[in-house]
Amino acid sequence: MENCGRPAHDVTPFAARDCALISLATGITAENLRELRDGLMRAPESSLYHHFWGRLLRPHFDEPEYLNDFASWVHHSLREKALAERMSLIDPTDYSDMEDVRHELVELIEQRLDESESVPWAKVDQRFYFIRAQLVLFDTGLRVEHPAELSALLPRFSTSSLYYHFIDARRRNQSHCDDFCSWLGAYGDQFSDLTQRLAGLDPYFSSLHETRHRVAEIFAERFGPPDEEWDDVNGPGRPEIQP
Amino acid sequence: MNLGLLEQYAEVAGGDVVDHLRQLAAPLAGARVLHVNSTKEGGGVAEILREMIPLTQALGLDARWEVITGDQAFYECTKSFHNALQGSREVISESRLHAYEETNIENAERLRTALAEADFVFIHDPQPAAMLSSIPERRGKWIWRCHIDVRRPHRPVWKYLRTWVAPYDASIFSLPEYAQPLPHPQYLIPPSIDPFNEKNCELPPEEVAAVRERFGLDAELPLVVQVSRFDRFKDPVGVIEAYRLVKTLTPLQLVLAGGGATDDPEGETVLEQVRRAAEGDPNIHVLLLPSDAHRTINALQRAADLIMQKSTREGFGLTVTEGMWKRKPVIGGDTGGIRLQVIDHYTGFLVRTPEGAALRTRFLLHRRDLLEEMGERAHRFVRENFLITRHLREQLTLMLALRYGSGDRIEVGG
Repeated sequence: MENCGRPAHDVTPFAARDCALISLATGITAENLRELRDGLMRAPESSLYHHFWGRLLRPHFDEPEYLNDFASWVHHSLREKALAERMSLIDPTDYSDMEDVRHELVELIEQRLDESESVPWAKVDQRFYFIRAQLVLFDTGLRVEHPAELSALLPRFSTSSLYYHFIDARRRNQSHCDDFCSWLGAYGDQFSDLTQRLAGLDPYFSSLHETRHRVAEIFAERFGPPDEEWDDVNGPGRPEIQP
Repeated sequence: MNLGLLEQYAEVAGGDVVDHLRQLAAPLAGARVLHVNSTKEGGGVAEILREMIPLTQALGLDARWEVITGDQAFYECTKSFHNALQGSREVISESRLHAYEETNIENAERLRTALAEADFVFIHDPQPAAMLSSIPERRGKWIWRCHIDVRRPHRPVWKYLRTWVAPYDASIFSLPEYAQPLPHPQYLIPPSIDPFNEKNCELPPEEVAAVRERFGLDAELPLVVQVSRFDRFKDPVGVIEAYRLVKTLTPLQLVLAGGGATDDPEGETVLEQVRRAAEGDPNIHVLLLPSDAHRTINALQRAADLIMQKSTREGFGLTVTEGMWKRKPVIGGDTGGIRLQVIDHYTGFLVRTPEGAALRTRFLLHRRDLLEEMGERAHRFVRENFLITRHLREQLTLMLALRYGSGDRIEVGG
């Protein structure tokens, strides 16, 4: 689906996919800053994914203070606010892969350990647990022919489908573009206003419900509101989705 | 397909949530899923299965539930397992272990066909865990679901149980703290509540008023409720201390509601301490309720202005979830699964002392606007994260992951 900025004559329909995340224990834990560094060095890549991105698909509150679990733990359990702020600024889409993200996190911690005369510890019951994620991906069978049609469908996307296309895509696609922008890019400049607005939407401080609402709103402002509301799961206006 | 049931859940959890479940279930249509535990009545596991099985069936899977049976020696042994997994230093005799193994062999024989042919077998807790070794011809994936707080198990007992659990294809724990070193994937699935069962369903205001009247509660006086068994880790005496600190400035009433007398001798001692601490204050109500008083508890939680769960040690804390579902902010101990649910200053407050609990109680009773706002957030947070629909979604995801691959990103359906 990667087409960022590339015009195309025959645009392939948008294939709506969905996903579900499940968490697994890694057995790696940390009670202090040095152990967090060591854990970061050996945690699987899927664990970094979980603590940066996967948090959006698991229980979390809509207004998080920090953008990843490492920063949050460093602040709340180690009381290292300055380090937490630095760690929170790491945006994985700025890095070519998760190994670079890992390296940057370790560097920041090393720097703090060098500055400090003691190693900050968490209370016994505030240990950090490295968790990894498995993402199950599937095709919903839904194909969208035109952006206006997508506009009508977005309010009914599942939050996990929204996650897959709007958030996971930034990591998955080499261009760090979300799937909607990639697809719109295939129309050349026709929808550049829309792609610019979508690219300016920061999804990391909102719940997926809120992000879905905002993405749908941006589409609705461009194409007009959807014709009809679907009143229930199998209501009259609901399109046929073949799994 | 039982569309009516799914539609009911769609009304509460959202149509998109149920659509998602349908999509996840589609590749598993017709899969034979067998759950095995040791009791049909009473206890959290039976409750979850009673709700989970019809939902799974409504999604097109062939879900079944079997219960193992055993004699007194077997249950004495498994009771010791339970205590030992929670940290108690239990010594279990060879004869009891023999009873455990024999009972598992007998039940495996009785259920052989179903166990061997199922695509997915979920074995709940240690009681039926040893059955796997009796079914070498099994064709499906076997998953051990541990519902117990095993963060600090008594090692000799865990070492014994581990020999039975290790050959499974996967295990499930409720929190990361509970996971143990095992040679297979360990999934993390927190528990959930069912919005339609007696503990959580909507109640008519008259029923709530009747419960208030039954226990002599003043409808005009702010009410704080803690629901939990009388156990020192739930700190009921600390809750009374917090109440007394608040009372000097803000009139209120307190309900401490818990289960009946158990076979736990410490429970009796704690209840006695609580009664002594409450003595002479007509606005402290210590209620010893039968274990099936679900609607009464539901009504008390609905009658409350706020919910307290001031535990010093806690598993997941489903009473917190229940309170939040009823749009009440929760003042909870800063421990265990309470931290997953009470987001400090948003869905309630996390506290470590009676003084902290008193401060937050006073604050909320004086800031009704914020109390209501937090209550609404708490309800939304549970709706999005801790309903049975989420639990089922994770269970389906796990089944897909086990069937279709073991990588980090698993494509289903080509």
